[in-house]
Amino acid sequence: MSIPDLYNIESLFSEDELMVRDSVRLFVQDKILPKVKQWNREAVFPKQLIPEIADLGLLGAYLTGYGCPGISYNAYGFAMQELERGDSGFRSFVSVQNGLCMYPINAFGSDEQKEKWLPPMARGKKIGCFGLTEPDFGSDPSGMITTAKKQGSEYILNGTKMWITNGSIADIAIVFAKTDDGVNGFLVEKGTPGFTAPEIQGKLSLRVSVTSELLFDNCRISAENVLPGAKGLKAALMCLNQARFSIAWGVIGAALACFEEALEYAKTRIQFSKPIASFQLVQAKFAQMWTEIVKAQFLCYRLGQLMDQGKATPAAISMAKRNNVHMALNVARTCRDILGAAGIVDDYHVMRHMDNLESVYTYEGTHDIHTLILGQELTGIGAFG
Amino acid sequence: MNILVCVKHVPDTETAVKIGADGKSIQTQDVNFILNPYDEFALEEALKIKEAKGGEVTLITAGPEEAKKSLRTGLAMGADKAMHILCDESHDSLALAFCLAEGIKDESFDLILCGKQAMDEDNAQVPIMLADKLGLPNISAVIKLEIGDGTATAHREFEGGTEVVETSLPAVISAHKGLNEPRYASLKGIMMAKKKEIKDVSCTCAESGLEILDMAYPPSRAGGRIVGEGTDAVPELVKLLREEAKVI
Ligand SMILES: Cc1cc2nc3c(=O)[nH]c(=O)nc-3n(C[C@H](O)[C@H](O)[C@H](O)COP(=O)(O)OP(=O)(O)OC[C@H]3O[C@@H](n4cnc5c(N)ncnc54)[C@H](O)[C@@H]3O)c2cc1C
Repeated sequence: MSIPDLYNIESLFSEDELMVRDSVRLFVQDKILPKVKQWNREAVFPKQLIPEIADLGLLGAYLTGYGCPGISYNAYGFAMQELERGDSGFRSFVSVQNGLCMYPINAFGSDEQKEKWLPPMARGKKIGCFGLTEPDFGSDPSGMITTAKKQGSEYILNGTKMWITNGSIADIAIVFAKTDDGVNGFLVEKGTPGFTAPEIQGKLSLRVSVTSELLFDNCRISAENVLPGAKGLKAALMCLNQARFSIAWGVIGAALACFEEALEYAKTRIQFSKPIASFQLVQAKFAQMWTEIVKAQFLCYRLGQLMDQGKATPAAISMAKRNNVHMALNVARTCRDILGAAGIVDDYHVMRHMDNLESVYTYEGTHDIHTLILGQELTGIGAFG
Repeated sequence: MNILVCVKHVPDTETAVKIGADGKSIQTQDVNFILNPYDEFALEEALKIKEAKGGEVTLITAGPEEAKKSLRTGLAMGADKAMHILCDESHDSLALAFCLAEGIKDESFDLILCGKQAMDEDNAQVPIMLADKLGLPNISAVIKLEIGDGTATAHREFEGGTEVVETSLPAVISAHKGLNEPRYASLKGIMMAKKKEIKDVSCTCAESGLEILDMAYPPSRAGGRIVGEGTDAVPELVKLLREEAKVI
């Protein structure tokens, strides 16, 4: 069931952007929705789907060359929306592979690094992860204590990264560490002595996604694994902008999934001899959620255009990430409420989405950090520390 | 091999269709149209044959301007080019088959694949009529297809068994569910489809011999009936299932 397109938003997009949406939606319907409840219970990310995700062209989607399709940012946004309609875990997997791994290799890597990594990453043969956050430095990554000491032609990495999506399944980790010349990005291959990536257990959110620690204990990496262009924290933040864009779009999918499920439920659930959808309080909730979803769609549509034109500022991206995740989390909570007790079991999707969105609210810059970014943009005064 | 795949633009199977104001057509606004699912099996098979043996896959549809959307979907899945016979009014199966035959009269194909039926009208007649009009052999509703040297061997399923049929090529063969698992249009395929050609073909279609007089919704379902309780009720239940419901 789909909701009416009051503002004729569809007509803003090109035929191929809508085709991307429809194709990914079909994939999610056929391959993800029938099994996601089980994966969520077992807390597994189904790696067996990676080849199919790659066949769809989702990995490296907006890059050109290296076997990537080069779609527009809004087409990519639609793909993220549909993936997250399935589960935020799949969107996270793709966001990380694209925005946090393939993007920096393409933007900051040498030609050899690009040739070596991008084609197999586009085919899903090599998986990446991105290590910025540390146990003691989350919102404030500039304080990181992971170091890379130069010794001859090698660097020696020491330190711990925490909460790293795809960590334990990654073939290549993009790791930010402090050198004598400031922060730099490094490529660390799986199996490098001194590097391990144990999975974090006991998550109650994003269970269909691998989250890990990255441990570096005198891990030696050759100078050719330095990302030459990834100098300073700015490089890391440029990656985050890519991923934040995909989140702003993606969470609309989670919101739509909850909204549609709750609407269907409300029309058929009878209390006081009437469908609960006939009560004013329930209708008010839907009217409010619907309006918020449509507003979020407009933010994304415009943001995608700006991304394509290379004109999206970090603050513009912060605004969309902040607003849309907050919107989606509120929609998920309200829909959970509308389903009553039924909303707490995993026969319905709402609570899984709600739980997932708690992570999305925190990662890629917490809601409050984005508030401070907007505050600084507006006043010129940083209120972070 | 040069393969033609006939496709139709049909309402999404998930849509609850509404009867239009004239009482004899379907209301099309707010209805999502898709590439007919059986035609996806035909197209997937064509793409597989092409991947194994080389050649070209051409799509053809007869339908309104909007039907180009389904042609684009087919091109994004991997067809090489498409032909579009523009016709607005709805045709009966025979007129449609004639129309398709007319549209391809200047082309030659080694194999013509269709879906076994279109999900909108469910007549399952066009492939057979098209074969007849072209003077080609026809095999309907195949679930397995092997292409030999100028021949094709097809498996058809019927209650309790499988029939294996061989034909010379060219032939018109229609696809049933189970033949394969259609691929999704990939992002790359979607981008490439933008550059592929959709040729508009003008041809005078035959007049429909059938006229739809009236459309009506099926009667709404009546409530269930309890025939008895416990094991004593079983014989009566079996009898009713056999004689009244005719399901066993
Ligand atoms: C499932 C998951 C996957 C993740 N994947 C990755 C990944 O792949 N790579 C990666 O590098 N990281 C990843 N992260 C880490 C994520 O980016 C961090 O969790 C996030 O940046 C917040 O850091 P923190 O958890 O240390 O919280 P903290 O920074 O300790 O924040 C705790 C609270 O304090 C608030 N706070 C902090 N500073 C201020 C301030 N100045 N003013 C007001 N309030 C403030 C925050 O808003 C928050 O509410 C992931 C996290 C999760 C949950």
